[in-house]
Amino acid sequence: MSASVHLDALPPQRVGTEPRSLTVFEKVCLALVSFGSLLVFLSLLSPNTLSTYTSYWAAPALTMGTIVLGSLGYIFSAYMGTTPGIKHNGMFFSSMSNRGVWGWMAGVAMTSFYVILYWHSSTLAGAIALVEPISYALSGKHADQWFLYGFLYTVAVVVMGSRMLMKYRHSRYQIIRTLSVMFFQLGFGFLIPNILKALNQPEFYFTYFWPLKPEYLLPWSYGEEQLVTQGAVIVTGLTMGRAMLLWGAMMSVIAVPTLTYFFGKRWYCSWVCGCGGLAETLGDPYRQLSDNSDTAWKVERWMIHSVLLAITVITGLLWINAATGNAILGNASGLYSKTYGFFIGAAFSGVIGVGFYPILGSRVWCRFGCPQAAILGMFQRFFSRFRITTNGGQCISCGNCSTYCEMGIDVRAYAQRGENIVRASCVGCGVCSEVCPRGVLKLENGSFGDRFKNAAKPFAAIADAFRGKS
Amino acid sequence: MHVAIIGNGIAGVTAARTVRKRDPKARITLISGESEHHWSRPALMYIYMGHMRYQDTKPYQDHFWGKNRIDLVRGWVTQIDADGKTLTLDGQRTVQWDKLLIATGSKPNKFGWPGQDLNRVSGMYSLQDMDALEGWTRDIKHGVVVGGGLIGIELAEMLHSRGRHVTMLVREASYWDNALPAEESAMVNDVIKATGIDLRLGAELESIEDDGTGSVGAVQIKDGERLDAQYVGLTAGVRPNIAVTEGSSIETARGILVNDQLQTNHPDIYAAGDCAEIRTPEGQRNTIQAVWYTGRFQGEQAANNMLGDAGDYNAGLWFNSAKFVDLEYQVYGNVPASGAQHTSGLDYVFWKHDNGKHSVRICHKDGAVVGFNLMGVRFRHKVCEQWILEAKPLEYVLKNLRKAAFDPEFSKRHDAAIRAVAKGATP
Ligand SMILES: Cc1cc2nc3c(=O)[nH]c(=O)nc-3n(C[C@H](O)[C@H](O)[C@H](O)COP(=O)(O)OP(=O)(O)OC[C@H]3O[C@@H](n4cnc5c(N)ncnc54)[C@H](O)[C@@H]3O)c2cc1C
Ligand code: SF4
Ligand code: SF4
Repeated sequence: MSASVHLDALPPQRVGTEPRSLTVFEKVCLALVSFGSLLVFLSLLSPNTLSTYTSYWAAPALTMGTIVLGSLGYIFSAYMGTTPGIKHNGMFFSSMSNRGVWGWMAGVAMTSFYVILYWHSSTLAGAIALVEPISYALSGKHADQWFLYGFLYTVAVVVMGSRMLMKYRHSRYQIIRTLSVMFFQLGFGFLIPNILKALNQPEFYFTYFWPLKPEYLLPWSYGEEQLVTQGAVIVTGLTMGRAMLLWGAMMSVIAVPTLTYFFGKRWYCSWVCGCGGLAETLGDPYRQLSDNSDTAWKVERWMIHSVLLAITVITGLLWINAATGNAILGNASGLYSKTYGFFIGAAFSGVIGVGFYPILGSRVWCRFGCPQAAILGMFQRFFSRFRITTNGGQCISCGNCSTYCEMGIDVRAYAQRGENIVRASCVGCGVCSEVCPRGVLKLENGSFGDRFKNAAKPFAAIADAFRGKS
Repeated sequence: MHVAIIGNGIAGVTAARTVRKRDPKARITLISGESEHHWSRPALMYIYMGHMRYQDTKPYQDHFWGKNRIDLVRGWVTQIDADGKTLTLDGQRTVQWDKLLIATGSKPNKFGWPGQDLNRVSGMYSLQDMDALEGWTRDIKHGVVVGGGLIGIELAEMLHSRGRHVTMLVREASYWDNALPAEESAMVNDVIKATGIDLRLGAELESIEDDGTGSVGAVQIKDGERLDAQYVGLTAGVRPNIAVTEGSSIETARGILVNDQLQTNHPDIYAAGDCAEIRTPEGQRNTIQAVWYTGRFQGEQAANNMLGDAGDYNAGLWFNSAKFVDLEYQVYGNVPASGAQHTSGLDYVFWKHDNGKHSVRICHKDGAVVGFNLMGVRFRHKVCEQWILEAKPLEYVLKNLRKAAFDPEFSKRHDAAIRAVAKGATP
């Protein structure tokens, strides 16, 4: 027998795949992207120069326009060069998708962008000027850093969403789901809020509600302070602000439990939500970096439920405070919202949640920080018809499902035992089912009764403990 | 009691887990020369192609073994003393055991081809094989894969994914036609060609030629071309790896001979998985079953019998699955291969999509369904099994195809097209 090689000690990086040779069309596309990026960079150094030397609309067209067109063209051509099907070749050899130099650089760049956006937005003046015509056309208002952010966010979802459409062009589930997140980001995450601004209404996102947007349950966010003290929510003369408040409350109380019962949390997390939308598109190249160890699962459960608890307490306190005429918190309530807004809204969801995609995987915020995911997850775990069904004994324990689960769920651990997967954190992206080479996994909304087939029922451990079983 | 297990593949590992589940006190030693931890052999290609890292292919997290008190030993067993109940590790250490399970798997077939032992010629079975290939990849421009089976197509896809030109030599007239019906086999031929792999059907290897340095430089096809090649993959099937029994009194034929309880001629020694050859074959099955799930069943069964159950091995209804580049394949029950298609006495409903990417074959006999063969379509294992075991009438199955559907949500359903074909075929 041959001498044994110590594979466990082998370095994870292996010989890379051959670089693909680019077609002329792809070279032109990449040149467009570089050209646009260069102009953006120059504009940051010297704001307004571009619009001074060209026309009003030329500035966005020459920068954002060339970048978008070039990227779309390149993506289309690159994927047309492969047969439809799962092509994860070289994922773990690529520096970009396996925490190599490029991955770290992308992480640092995205994180820096968030830091500048939140705390140093004056640096962005040149870039903000580039999207000014778009902002003015949509909302009649001047662009600010938040408009720039919303614009770039939407562009990322649309461009990388198109990449998803090409990558999964063999799968109708992925096509429809990706079109859905693109639609909701473009419409409800970008166009509608800007049109509302044009109508001098509060900027409102119909697809976010408490607890992801805690202020949506706080009437004074809409200038409706009197609602609290009068103690009535439905008051004659429905204003836009009240309608929004009502909508948010209905979504939280009625839509979340009902839709989650029928479809699982995916109806929101991987079909509607903007954060999920970005993770499913821009984050897709990094999904394999999500830690799927038991330890990560434990940390996840503690963190996400702590955030939910904190928000519930804060919302409650703010209401009591308002109802009692600022008796308990005084005028400090603004400070509380601000602190929350800083730690959770900015630092966590933006800087770490998105900035760290190339380091920690695409769903860090959704796994560890999102209070909405926590609530949806509880409904999904205990009161939903959704499950991932395991197909009999076909699993070969290969690990593709666990590796490509962006939520770090060890899907294989269930599949290889023939158990269904019923996990609070599963966002129903369906990628485990796509990458499984043996067709073992199927996402479905079956009947409520049989979802735990072979699987551990919730509370079973507690129930057993009561019955004296260990 | 000390249970020693040679081989940490699916059979050995399932046995270890089963023993632990039933007997909290037993001492369990799991020995393998290949790797420290159990890994998924069918995932080998994904490591090489960069879909996963080696550690991602481990079905259990590393803390699992300590938690379940399964002692892992890295080393090659060089000798077994069946009467003295010991084994020798790497020619040095001896280990005592009360019950022994041999689960040493398979090794690639070599048919005495001239040049088969040259450098850069290998089978594709172990992590070591893959590592060698990894090292050679830099120097390979053209690889030749010999053999048209499940591992051959995977090896061809692997090389192709790294941008190497690949030729596949298949001795048969069509890919894997000793297992697939003719139409499905032809679909795979098309997929291989569409991928950009140079598929040579009816082409047999004559010899592998030395490039003058002890490495392969070319391949000669019988009555045919001579191809430049810097690598040759030998994937013409596998056979039981029984080297460990040499010099012992354990009876072997092609594999390690066991009875229905998976017991060898020594009552305290069992064998399971690819290396086992069952003396009394049930039905029409081969005596050697070299697939993942039978390894799992046999490992479990052997463990139960070691603990005193004396249950007969019964693999249940045959099923299997694979993926031919982009084309998924599932089979349930009795589906005759190309050659036996018209002599088997079975009738078929066969539907194939115009795009050549989906097909459904329902085999039936005397009006009852006996097997399903699916390409690019997923069916529910439980439902197919139940229908076959209950000998459901073809009409019933055709009417209830929806119940068997396992394709992802929103996938196009083909039920109506299948029923239409069935009507045309049986007027
Ligand atoms: C590339 C490839 C792809 C495959 N894909 C599929 C698939 O998709 N579906 C499917 O059903 N089957 C597949 N198979 C077959 C499947 O992997 C085997 O049937 C299964 O692994 C057999 O399990 P086992 O436990 O019997 O043996 P093995 O997995 O071979 O494990 C035996 C272990 O014992 C070790 N060993 C051997 N001799 C000694 C010794 N003397 N001392 C110490 N250790 C020793 C070996 O090194 C090895 O680690 C594939 C096989 C290969 C090679
Ligand atoms: S388990 Fe599957 S569907 Fe759920 S989040 Fe993970 S990959 Fe997506
Ligand atoms: S991808 Fe499929 S075959 Fe592989 S471990 Fe997951 S369920 Fe099993």
